[in-house]
Amino acid sequence: MEAQVRTEDRIQQAIEKTKDPALARKLLREVRRLAEKFMEKHGRPASFMEVCGSHTHALAEFGIKYTLRDVLKLLSGPGCPVCVTDQEEIDAMIALADGEDRIITTFGDMLRVPGSRGSLIKAKAEGRADVRVVYSPSDAVEIAQKNPDKQVIFLGVGFETTIPVLAAAVYEAESLGLQNFSMWMSGKLVEPIMRYLLDTGETRIDAFLLPGHVATILGRKGFLWLAEEYGVNGVISGFEMNEILSSLYILLDLVLKGKAEIVNNYPYVVREEGNPGAWKLAEKYFMPVDMAWREIDVIPKSGMDFCPEYAHFDAKKRFPVTVGKPKPTACRCGEVIRGLIEPEECPLFGKACTPAHPIGPCMVSSEGACAAHYKYLRQ
Amino acid sequence: MARHISIEHGEGGEMTHELIRDLFVKYFGHAEEAKFDAAVLDLPGSRIAFTTDTFTVKPPFFSGGNIGKLAVAGTVNDLAVSGAEPLYLSAGFVLEEGLSFGDLERIVASMAEEAAKTGVRIITGDTKVVEKGSVDKLYINTSGVGVVHPGWELHPEEIAEGDVVIVNGTIGDHGVAILAARGELGVATDLPSDSTSLYPLIRAVRDVGARIRVMRDPTRGGLATTLVEITEDFGVIVELDQEAIPLKPEVEGACEILGLDPLFLANEGKVVFIVPEADAEKALAAMREREEGRDAAIIGRVVGRGEEGKLLLRSPVGSRRRVFRLLGMQLPRIC
Repeated sequence: MEAQVRTEDRIQQAIEKTKDPALARKLLREVRRLAEKFMEKHGRPASFMEVCGSHTHALAEFGIKYTLRDVLKLLSGPGCPVCVTDQEEIDAMIALADGEDRIITTFGDMLRVPGSRGSLIKAKAEGRADVRVVYSPSDAVEIAQKNPDKQVIFLGVGFETTIPVLAAAVYEAESLGLQNFSMWMSGKLVEPIMRYLLDTGETRIDAFLLPGHVATILGRKGFLWLAEEYGVNGVISGFEMNEILSSLYILLDLVLKGKAEIVNNYPYVVREEGNPGAWKLAEKYFMPVDMAWREIDVIPKSGMDFCPEYAHFDAKKRFPVTVGKPKPTACRCGEVIRGLIEPEECPLFGKACTPAHPIGPCMVSSEGACAAHYKYLRQ
Repeated sequence: MARHISIEHGEGGEMTHELIRDLFVKYFGHAEEAKFDAAVLDLPGSRIAFTTDTFTVKPPFFSGGNIGKLAVAGTVNDLAVSGAEPLYLSAGFVLEEGLSFGDLERIVASMAEEAAKTGVRIITGDTKVVEKGSVDKLYINTSGVGVVHPGWELHPEEIAEGDVVIVNGTIGDHGVAILAARGELGVATDLPSDSTSLYPLIRAVRDVGARIRVMRDPTRGGLATTLVEITEDFGVIVELDQEAIPLKPEVEGACEILGLDPLFLANEGKVVFIVPEADAEKALAAMREREEGRDAAIIGRVVGRGEEGKLLLRSPVGSRRRVFRLLGMQLPRIC
C-alpha cells in the first residue's frame, strides 16, 4: 500500500512538472537561445511542422507560437482529421444525415463543419436529422442497442489513434449481433501525407513535432522512415506546456547538430513498438485504401476503410448517397493544412469566415488551425 | 404507496389546494400571503432590485444540490450581485405528470433550506402540471425582489487601472458535477456542485468596508464569458493570470479528458469582484472566513480603460492572449 502511494506521488509530481510555470519560463529561454543560434547559422528561422491538431491548439493556447514567432516558424500541418477530409466526402456525410429512419452519431468536431449545403448542426436544428454527439464510438453502439428500430451511423473520421477505437466499436457491434449499426469510415494515415509533403517539397520543413497520440499506436518505430529515408528529424511530443517546449528544444538541438534522429520525448506514454495489439484489431476490419485529401490529389494507400467481408458495417455501401461536385469557395483551408499559408493569410479569415459562419472546416473543427488562430491568436 | 403528481394536481381543485397546503406552505411558511392572489409586501427604502430566472437543469438531482437549491440560490445571487439585499422570492413550478412526491418534497425542502441561508422568504407561487413527457420531471421559475440600501450601489464607472479581480473559489465545479450526473464524463467523480447562495459572503465583504466596483456571478458561460461581458459593458481591459485561477484537480482532470476549457464551465456559487487594490486584502480575508470563500484569490488586474473593453489572459510562459466569448457549446473531439 505504502509503495503504491509513493508511486502515485511520483506520478503526480511528474505530471505537475509538465505544467510547472517556472520550468516553462526556463525552457522557453533555452528554446529561444537555440532558435537564435539556428538563425545566425542559416540566416533564417528554423521551420518545424506539427501534424496533430492537439499540438496546433496547445501551441496557440499556451502562447508558445506567438512568443517565439520572431525566431521560430511553427507550421500547422495536416493534423486535423476533419479538416483534411475531402469536401465531397463531407457533403456526403451531411447528406447521409437526412432521413427519419436513422440516427447520426459523431464526435463533436464534425457538427459545425460546413458542407456545400448546410452543416449537421443546422440539419439537427431544422429537425431534418437526428444527430448526436458522442465521446466515444462505443456510445454509438449503445445508442444502436437502445434504438433497435433506427439505423445508427457513426461518422468515423480520424487518424491512427482513432482507428483502433473505431474498430473496437465495430467489434462490439459484431459481438452483440447488431444489425442497425454502421460506420462511415474515413480513416487517415499520417505517414503517406507526411511523405507527400516532403516529396512535393512545396513547404520547407526542417523537422517534425511528431504526434504523441498517433505514436502511442505506431511507436517510435513507426516514424524511423523519416530520419532514415529523408534525413529529417522528428521528436514525439506530449501536449503539456513543458512537454512541447522540451520537444522543441530537442528538435533545435538536433537540427543544429545536423543529425537525423527520431526521439521519443513522450516515453511514459509512447512505446518503441507502439501498440501492435490495437493496430491488429484495426486491421481485422479495415484496410489501406487510396484516399482523396482536401484540395490535394488522391494519395495512394493513405486512408483506411472497411475490408470487403465487413461491408455490412459499411455505411457507404448500405446507405449510398450521391452529392454533386462541391461548390467552389475562396476558402484556403487546403493551403493551411499543407503549411503553405498561415490562417490569417486567407482573405476570408475572421471576415467572411468565422466560427459562427464558417466557410471551411479548419475554422470549426476543434482541431483546426483556423479555429486555433481565431480563438487564441486574435488581438 | 409512493405518491405521484397527477394532471389533477394542476386543475385548481381540492388536489391543487392540498398540494399547496401540505407541501409549499409547509416548507415556505407563507400561509398569510398565500390567501391572496398577490403577496402584498413592505419594502424598506426606494431602490428595488427585481429579477427572474427559469431553471431547467438536467438531471434535476446532482452531486451537491438539486434544481430547487439552484432555483433559490440562482435568483438570490442575481439580486445579491446587483448590490441588493434579497428579500422575497416567487416560485413557479411546471411539474411532469408522474413526478414522485418524494422527489418534489426533497426539492421543495432544499428550497426552504437555501432560502433560510439568506433570510429570503418565498411568498408567492404557481403550480402547473403537464402531461408526461412534456418536461423532464420539473422546471422551476423564481423571481426575486430585493432592496439596494443607500451606499450599496455598484460603481463600475470608478473602475481604474490597478484594481484587482477576485473570485471566491475554484471554478468549473458545477459544470463538471452536471456532466458527471449526466453520465457524460465516463469516469466516476463525486465532485459536488458549488451551488450556494452568495448573499452572506457578499454581505461579509461589505461589512469589512471593501468597496465593490462591480461584481457578477459567472454562471452559464463561466468565468471567461462573465469577464468578457464586464470588460465590454464598462470599457475596461482586464488581464487574468492563468496560474492564479483556482481549479480543483478533478475539474482540471475532467477538462483534460474531455477537451473542455474550465474558464467556460458553469459555476453556481461563485462571484467575481473588481475592487480597488487597497481593499483587496480585507475583502479576501472576509471571504476566506467562510466555507464558500475559502479558496478566494486575486486572479487578475485592471490594466486599462478604453472604448473597447478586452479580456486578456497571461499564460505561464508570459505571453498574453485575448479571450473571447464562445460561439455556443464546447464541442470537443476526443481522439
